[in-house]
Amino acid sequence: MSIILDHVNYIYGEDGPLAVKALDDVCLQIPDGQFVGIIGHTGSGKSTLVQHMNGLLKATGGHIYFNGEDIYDRDFPMKKLRSRVGLVFQYPEHQLFEVDVFSDVCFGPKNLGMDKKEAELKAFDALRKVGMPMELYYQSPFELSGGQKRRAAIAGVLAMAPEILILDEPTAGLDPKGREEILRQIKELQVQTGMTILLVSHSMEDVAEYVDRIVVMNKGRVMYDGAPKEVFAHYRELEEVGLAAPQVTYILHALKDRGFDVDVNATTTGEAVETVLHALGRIPEAFRP
Amino acid sequence: MLRDITLGQYYQTESVIHRLDPRVKLGGTLGYIISLFFFRNFLGYGVAAVFLATVIGLSHVPFRFIVKGMKAIVFLLLITVTFNLFLTPGTEVVSVWRLTITVEGLRTAVTMAIRLTMLIIGSSLMTLTTTPNNLTDGMESMMKPLKALRVPVHEVAMIMSIALRFIPILLEETDKIMKAQIARGADFETGNIVRRARALVPLLVPLFISAFRRANDLAMAMEARCYRGGEGRTKMKPLVYQRRDRLGQICILAYLAISITAGRLRL
Repeated sequence: MSIILDHVNYIYGEDGPLAVKALDDVCLQIPDGQFVGIIGHTGSGKSTLVQHMNGLLKATGGHIYFNGEDIYDRDFPMKKLRSRVGLVFQYPEHQLFEVDVFSDVCFGPKNLGMDKKEAELKAFDALRKVGMPMELYYQSPFELSGGQKRRAAIAGVLAMAPEILILDEPTAGLDPKGREEILRQIKELQVQTGMTILLVSHSMEDVAEYVDRIVVMNKGRVMYDGAPKEVFAHYRELEEVGLAAPQVTYILHALKDRGFDVDVNATTTGEAVETVLHALGRIPEAFRP
Repeated sequence: MLRDITLGQYYQTESVIHRLDPRVKLGGTLGYIISLFFFRNFLGYGVAAVFLATVIGLSHVPFRFIVKGMKAIVFLLLITVTFNLFLTPGTEVVSVWRLTITVEGLRTAVTMAIRLTMLIIGSSLMTLTTTPNNLTDGMESMMKPLKALRVPVHEVAMIMSIALRFIPILLEETDKIMKAQIARGADFETGNIVRRARALVPLLVPLFISAFRRANDLAMAMEARCYRGGEGRTKMKPLVYQRRDRLGQICILAYLAISITAGRLRL
C-alpha cells in the first residue's frame, strides 16, 4: 500500500484572472506504515496536496499511483480509493450533522455499503480509538466541547477503516492541552495499528515529537523531505520561508555556540534534556541508557 | 464544481467600465433591461447586441468567463423556449403527434431566448465589473429619496452588502463541506431524486449551522465596533460623479434613444 506522486502540478482557477499555481512539480513516495508530517506556511500548497491523495482534486498535470494503479485511469474505482485513504479536513467538526455522535460516526461506514451492525461495530471501534468518553456517544455532537467535537469528527473518518489516514491541521484552534491530547492519540493509533498517517501542520513543534519523516512545502514545491533531524538542520533556511524549527533546536545551537558539547540534532524536549545533562556531566538515573 | 457559478461574481481587472460610478452602471443596466422589452423587431436586438458587445469589449472581462456563468441558466432558458414553442396558438408550421409549432410560437420562442440571454449577460456584466461594496453604495445613494417615505434605506443597503459578501464565503463553505462528506463516502451525484434530496442533509445541516455561526460572529464584531445604523454615518470613499461618469450617462441615453427608436420601427 503506497502512494506515489509523480510530477504533480495543480493550478487553481486555470482560466480565470487569478490563476494560482498551487502545486509545482511535486514528487513524493509514501511507503506503508510511515508517519509523515507535511509542513508548510499558509498557502504553501499542503492542503491542496493532500486533497489529491484521495482524488478530491484532480491534478492539472502528472500522475498519482495508489498501490501501483494510476488513480486517473478511467476505470479506477474512485469511491473505493476514498474509503482506503481517509481524509480529515481542517476543522472537521464543521461537517457533523447527525442527531447524536454515534450516528454521525456511522455515516461513513454506511456510505461504504456496510450493514447496520457492521457499521455500528466500526463506529464503536473508531470512537474508542480516539478516546471519546462512552457517556458522550449519544449526545448531540453540537453540545460537545471543541476538542471532543474534533474527536468525533476524526472518528467519523476512522470508522471507514482506511489504510491511510490524512489529517489536515488536526490541532488548529485547540488549546495546548487539547492539542497535545489529540497528537498523542494519533501517535498511539499509529503505533497500535501500523497505519500510514500523514499529518499536515504549519507548526514544527507539533510534529517534531511524533513523525518519522517531514516534508516541507513552500510555494507549491517540496522544499525538504527527510527525517526530522535532517530537516531541522536547515533551520536557518526554514526561518527564511517563515517556518521555525522547534525551540529546542535554537537552544541547543545557542549552547553549542557558547562552547557546550551538546548534540544539536536532538528534536524532542526529552532528547534535548538528555544531551544538555550529558554535556554538563550529570546523567541522572532516569536518563541513563 | 460550485465555483463555476459566475452569476453575481466580481471579476477583478482594470477597465473603464470597472471605474465607472456604480450609479451610472445601475441606471444603465436598468435602462438596458427595460429597453429589451420595448423592441418589436429584431433590429432593436441588433442595436442592443452591438451596445452589449462594445461594453463587454471595454470591460476587459473575457467573453469565455461570461459564458461560463450562463451554463447555470441554460435549463431555465430551455424550459421557456420549449413552452413558448409548443404552446402558442397561431398558424401551424409543423405538427407531430399532439405537439404543434406555430409561426407565432417560433417567433416568441426566439425572441424570448434572445431577450433572456441578453438580459442575463447584461446584468451579470454589471456585477462582474462592480465590487459588491460599490454596488450597494450606489443603491443606497439612488434610493435616498425613499427615506422620506420612511424606508430604512441604509439598513436595506447594509443587509444587501452583507448578503452579497456572504455568497462567496458560503459557496466556499459548501465546497468544503461537500468535499469533507465526499471523503466520508457521501454521494451527491447518483440516485433518483429522493435519494439525492436525502443526500443533501449532510451538506445542508452543517451549512446552516455555519451560516448562523458566521452571522453571530459578524453581529458581535459589528457591535464591538459600535455600529449603530446609518444615522450620522459617513463614508471613507463617498461616491462622486466625474467626467467619465457624465460621458457614460450620455452614452447610455444615446443607446436608449437609438435602440428603442430602431426597435419600434415597423419593418
